[in-house]
Amino acid sequence: MAETNTTIIQPKKTLSLSDARELWRYRELIYFFSWKDIKVRYKQTFIGGLWAIFQPFITMIVFTVFFGRLAGIPSDNVPYPIFVYVGLLFWQFFSSALSDTSNTLVSNQAIITKVYFPRLILPLSAVVTKFLDFIIAAVILAGMMIYYGYVPSIEGILILPILLIITFFASTGLGLFLAAINVKYRDVRYALPFFIQILLFVTPVIYPASIAGKFSWLLALNPMTGVIQTARAGLLHTTPINWTLLGLSSFACVVMLIIGIIYFKIVERYFADII
Amino acid sequence: MEPIIEVKNLGKKYNIRSGRGGYVALRDVLTNIIKSPFVFAKTKAKNAIGLNKKDEFWALKNVSFEVQRGEVMGIIGGNGAGKSTLLKILTGITLPTEGEAILRGHVSSLLEVGTGFHPELTGRENIFLNGAILGMKKADIEKRFDSIVEFAGIERFLDTPVKQYSSGMYVRLAFSVAAHIEPDILLVDEVLAVGDAEFQKKCLGKMNEVTKTEGRTILFVSHNMAAIQSLCKRSVLIEKGQVVMVGNTSDVIDRYLSSSLKHEAITEFADRPNLPATINTVTLLNHAGDPRSEFSISEPLSIQVEFTCKKKLTDTTLSLIIYSHDRDILLYSSEADTLETLSEYEPGHYLSTISIPPFLLNVGRYSFDIILHTPNIFLAAEARDMGFEIKNIDNPRSIIFQGNHPGRIALPLVYKTKQQ
Repeated sequence: MAETNTTIIQPKKTLSLSDARELWRYRELIYFFSWKDIKVRYKQTFIGGLWAIFQPFITMIVFTVFFGRLAGIPSDNVPYPIFVYVGLLFWQFFSSALSDTSNTLVSNQAIITKVYFPRLILPLSAVVTKFLDFIIAAVILAGMMIYYGYVPSIEGILILPILLIITFFASTGLGLFLAAINVKYRDVRYALPFFIQILLFVTPVIYPASIAGKFSWLLALNPMTGVIQTARAGLLHTTPINWTLLGLSSFACVVMLIIGIIYFKIVERYFADII
Repeated sequence: MEPIIEVKNLGKKYNIRSGRGGYVALRDVLTNIIKSPFVFAKTKAKNAIGLNKKDEFWALKNVSFEVQRGEVMGIIGGNGAGKSTLLKILTGITLPTEGEAILRGHVSSLLEVGTGFHPELTGRENIFLNGAILGMKKADIEKRFDSIVEFAGIERFLDTPVKQYSSGMYVRLAFSVAAHIEPDILLVDEVLAVGDAEFQKKCLGKMNEVTKTEGRTILFVSHNMAAIQSLCKRSVLIEKGQVVMVGNTSDVIDRYLSSSLKHEAITEFADRPNLPATINTVTLLNHAGDPRSEFSISEPLSIQVEFTCKKKLTDTTLSLIIYSHDRDILLYSSEADTLETLSEYEPGHYLSTISIPPFLLNVGRYSFDIILHTPNIFLAAEARDMGFEIKNIDNPRSIIFQGNHPGRIALPLVYKTKQQ
């Protein structure tokens, strides 16, 4: 009976199927860490959950005023507020998940050096936490769609979960990489907010991808391009759904995820020693 | 039967330069590569083939031992001997550099009390969070919830954030969660250093009980020889990262004390970040005020204790415990005995001097501990396993009786004899 629980500890730990099994065994911990994050946030901040609505909403208003009205950035013939809000909804999921995962190991250093559990749990639960924010912020989108009179296509509704999965894995992949590098090099964390800010401008959040003209394929390497484009197509009928673009984005996202996991696993061996 | 834990030639190497404290900055690495690419490549290559020996430090080397199912095994060793590194490897927190360890059973560890407790969350919420971090399933926690609460005795404060708990309550709750994990193998580090004595006993009792009835195996690291002695039949002695001895606990403790008892006039201690105070140095002084570790039976000796309080301590006292060479407690003395009250310490540095009169202790070797604690032994700081020797010098008895008296106490008593 105990044989099934045998652990063999050896110097080189390589990526294996047992990692996945272990992760599955600890799945409840993902839930507990996310639950803790949410609880603590609600207890610590005055506005608590409202923050999840506030942040994209205010950003939307500011962007609409400056980019939509003053700069006159095109929005694929859709009212700019709803155009930018669809982009922001996914973008904020991606960027806040990314910045939280990147810091998750360093901020949980006390636990990492005292208890063992698959380290992947920490970044994963940080992304899971962001799901809740996404859902809350999506309520506003629903309101805006009613206000502006947009009815999503069936395709558009069905494709949403796929878009969420791509966003989830893209932020996890890049987040794992950044989290690991953040443990190894302590100055990385100061560069991160800047890096994420730059990412916003190479993602078609405030402008349509069509603005890039013949270089728009370059934008497609960024998985969020496909996600946001497709979301707009499905929900606001800006363009027909571009399956090639979506395929490219999924591919880029899978590549990022693989690189992220591999690098994370390599650095994971000595997390506790250097953190 | 197969041993439940098998440790074979385990070794752990740290690179001092890139080790704890000295964080590597990406900026520095990049500038190094650009400034002197060849030097960088050379060090990388040297590291890769193991030529760069001078930055290496082996925290553990060739460590091998076995533990049988249902056994409670002690791990003894001085500060920095590698005990905690060993436990960290066995739990999987860090990987060994060489060798292997086989653990045949479900492993859980207790390297610190209250790992992952969040001050903003209530007692109830923290039980679930902490239990999950320690590897319990939600259903298991629910099943044992009542018993955890009862064991900790915090029923009334279940829905209070733990930041409002007293340190005693906090520790009791944390202990209680830990005491309810039911793995096949439990690895316990110096966690019993905190918490009040009665509760410690309750916890040890519980652990002992499940070891006997459910065949749990425990690996127990402690500086507290009395706790090791009472819990463990067999122990491992580790010195400088190597196993020096495996055997009966009392033999191992003897060996440890005889080889490492600090028979030094001045002993310095490192700060322990999880305790609210630190005993920095303990100095033994003879009647002339010179630091010594050997004293004549007829001279008074004093123990000077320098300590730092990191937080404000209330209801606390300084105590001295003197042991005979076979670890019997000969004397337990507290500052509160003479002050007839407990003390309050503001954060800062303190110097205490404890005077021991001549002829109190007979000729022999003694060890002693100094602790700063509350009456129910909530430890604020500790300095353990120091020693001194009382020598048969200037001993009036020796002159009269041509030798030393037996016994451990040498206090001359008053005799009044009259011819009637």
